[in-house]
Amino acid sequence: MLIHAALEFPVWGDPNAPAHLHVAPEYLERAYEETATPNVVTAILADYRGYDTMFETAVIFSAGLACFFLLRTRSRKDPGDRFFRHLATDMVIRIQNPSMKIPDTPYLQPMDSFWTPRSTIVRAASRVLAPFIQLYALYVVAHGHYSPGGGFQGGVILGASFILIALSHDLRTCMRQTPEKLIGVLSPAGVLFYAGVGILCVLAGGNFLDYGALAGWFGMAREAARSLGILLVEMGVAACVMATMVIIYANLSSAGGHRQGL
Amino acid sequence: MIWQLDLAILTLVAICAVAAITVRDLLGAAVLFGAYSFMLCLLWAIMGAVDVAFTEASVGAGVSTVFFIAAVFRTTRRTKD
Amino acid sequence: MDAIIEIAIAKYNYWMYISLMMIGLYAIIAKNNFVKKIIGMNILQTAIILFYISISAKRGATIPIIRHAEGHGHEAVNAMEYMNPLPHVLMLTAIVVAVATLGVALALTVRLYARFETLEEDEINDQIREAQ
Repeated sequence: MLIHAALEFPVWGDPNAPAHLHVAPEYLERAYEETATPNVVTAILADYRGYDTMFETAVIFSAGLACFFLLRTRSRKDPGDRFFRHLATDMVIRIQNPSMKIPDTPYLQPMDSFWTPRSTIVRAASRVLAPFIQLYALYVVAHGHYSPGGGFQGGVILGASFILIALSHDLRTCMRQTPEKLIGVLSPAGVLFYAGVGILCVLAGGNFLDYGALAGWFGMAREAARSLGILLVEMGVAACVMATMVIIYANLSSAGGHRQGL
Repeated sequence: MIWQLDLAILTLVAICAVAAITVRDLLGAAVLFGAYSFMLCLLWAIMGAVDVAFTEASVGAGVSTVFFIAAVFRTTRRTKD
Repeated sequence: MDAIIEIAIAKYNYWMYISLMMIGLYAIIAKNNFVKKIIGMNILQTAIILFYISISAKRGATIPIIRHAEGHGHEAVNAMEYMNPLPHVLMLTAIVVAVATLGVALALTVRLYARFETLEEDEINDQIREAQ
């Protein structure tokens, strides 16, 4: 059936195929004039189809929420044996009694229950690399108007830098740097920031997500205001995507315990 | 759009897809799926969809491979088919 | 005969997408392991995305980033010179939703493994039947 349908398709690369003739030329010809954004894909994504992208961000947030509710456990019923390293002597202590409280001293460091080789090269290299990856991610978000990139890609790269820390060190190090509460707040905050920009447009007298209405407030041309609005919503998208990627990874790799991971 | 390059990469994509679902080791399947995503990213860069290629390179080849490996690490590598 | 060969060559990429889609569908239906099923689901999704992207390609066109960005003022943009950006936008969001659904599917798999100690569909069915 698909093969029969494929016979009806236009030849690949035909400039006169029906898909190119309806609304797409309008976007191509008007996008730069109306939004001052050379990258037409970004302009359509965040401006002309803003509703689509907003609910898309909400879908990603709810996926993170679903992962959290499926996997996260707080129950202390069977944490198994716990392992600690005594830093002064480099000895490993194994504690079998789950009810025993461990005093929070600087001499004892919690350890994973399986042995992992400590590779100095991998740790040092990823520690050096991570800030540059984050800087690049911010560049991708901010430069999405002029080159390929935008909120989704930048957010994923930003999340991947935290996942890199979790992979090369351990999950506890990553969760110390990005506490669960912080990413749990950041993920809905991204969606709300996007919607908040839309409501700001309504307050300024335009339609929902009509960034041109912000022009009067900031004292700039209508095109520049639309460009600014695109940047703002891309930041919201990036925050939501980054937090969701870290939530999904942390819950998957530790099966919900957040005590030890991959 | 260079059709020779396009056809070569399409063949590699199909090979990676078949290999990813036939290999008898879930870790190997996850890595082959990463290779499949990267071939698709190349294909889209050839077709001129640079934004989509960028997204696929970061999402498909990067993060989803890590998700697969984390899930396989928490479950088992063993599979019967 | 020549006409058939001509069609087959002119639309070779569509045949490839159909076969990729069928590979994915086969993996979803016939494979026994849940991770294999999820990989098949992703292959099916990417085959459809590939089809949409290939619709947007035009012969002799360039990527959809307007060239005379600064300084040249308001030259008219000729839409024939650029690829169709609309499928790119739709598929960009589809890829990110794909990774979100992948995360949820893998979370469900981890939960299943914690409950049944196996990832094979028939073994899980056997355990459920024994429990009844």
